[in-house]
Amino acid sequence: MTNNPYRPRDWHSHPPSIYPDYKSTVLRNPKKPLIPIRQSLTEITGPVYGHDAVGPLDHDLTKNAAKNGEPIGERIIVTGRVLDEDGRPVPNTLIEIWQANAAGRYIHVKEVHDAPLDPNFLGAGRFMTDESGQYRFITIKPGSYPWGNHVNAWRPAHIHFSLFGQAFATRLVTQMYFEGDPTFAYDPIFNSIPDEAARQRLVANFSMDLTEPEWAHAYVFDIVLRGRHATPMED
Amino acid sequence: MTTLKQTPSQTLGPFFAYGLTPEQYGYAHRGIAGNTLAVPGVPGEHVRIEGRIFDGAGAPIDDAMIEIWQADTDGNYADADRDEAGSTAAFSGFGRCGSDDDGGFWFVTIKPGAIGDGLAPHIGVIVQARGILNHAFTRIYFADEADANGADPVLKSVPENRRNTMIAARSEAPAGPVYRFDIHMQGDDETVFFDV
Repeated sequence: MTNNPYRPRDWHSHPPSIYPDYKSTVLRNPKKPLIPIRQSLTEITGPVYGHDAVGPLDHDLTKNAAKNGEPIGERIIVTGRVLDEDGRPVPNTLIEIWQANAAGRYIHVKEVHDAPLDPNFLGAGRFMTDESGQYRFITIKPGSYPWGNHVNAWRPAHIHFSLFGQAFATRLVTQMYFEGDPTFAYDPIFNSIPDEAARQRLVANFSMDLTEPEWAHAYVFDIVLRGRHATPMED
Repeated sequence: MTTLKQTPSQTLGPFFAYGLTPEQYGYAHRGIAGNTLAVPGVPGEHVRIEGRIFDGAGAPIDDAMIEIWQADTDGNYADADRDEAGSTAAFSGFGRCGSDDDGGFWFVTIKPGAIGDGLAPHIGVIVQARGILNHAFTRIYFADEADANGADPVLKSVPENRRNTMIAARSEAPAGPVYRFDIHMQGDDETVFFDV
């Protein structure tokens, strides 16, 4: 058992909290400086989920909401590892994902985009990483969808990821994008991350090795959470 | 020296509910956590925490997700790997609530015990919403713990005129005690947020 505190959030990798090109950030984020605190048990512990929290179809979005067939669209495998900054696997951690369908339509009740819902697709799933930090989802490649941030604003196709890691402090919510998307240059959410190398860490790469013949393309997305300091908490 | 760089954070966007808080709109999908943490029989004082979340113009935020993480009534977390004492109560300590059209959210839980290190009883809070690129950390403290709050090193590190933004006021309702905890992302009453 180790109770070493976690390294800070790396503000060279994360976006600024207020990024005016993404208009909703302007009134919704703190303007006063964040106050540093020493991590206590509240921060270095976190919710624990057993494998019973994940049902047998939760990882397969092509089946977990199917009513009378498979959803329309391009079936894909999304896989990768969850690691910490020291390259250690993060095992037994819950990943939740949600996304639009192949037409770029979210099933949310307040979504009004003029694109069809798919009766066989919800767009939500979850996975518990294995001992090597590995996860694997089966889903449908989401479509790009328009939003109201500015004229002719389109989000690059993306899948939302929510992770806990091993502590309240390591929580991460992010978005996975797809290699080669033509709208990257125009998307203020993607470009809110100032560092090009950091942005590229959100772009999943196509993998021919993991693509399965006659069945589905594979995309690889590794996720890196905060690591621990080498020394324990001081008393 | 680290070998890998952190994966950048992004907003959870407006449409997370069917995945993360599906009960909010009655989706068939089953969430991993809701806003009722304490069922009858869980030891401790059963309380309701309620509040609203506002943006810098004072408008309610109707697409936020508030998450809480707390110890049980004895001050132990349900995380035996990392909290040596480990909670034995049938109490996960984790809750999640999507905000409604008025920015409202609520939790039914128990009041946590003190976890040690001189910290007053408190609940860890993560705030997310459309437009929040990096989730915000804060804490809920309890107004009826004035002595413990006065000695709490985290509260003491916050300018005195801002401490009240983290201290939930207590009132007595027919169903039991209610703590009021509003969240202001900006403005004169901006909630204290932490660099954890």
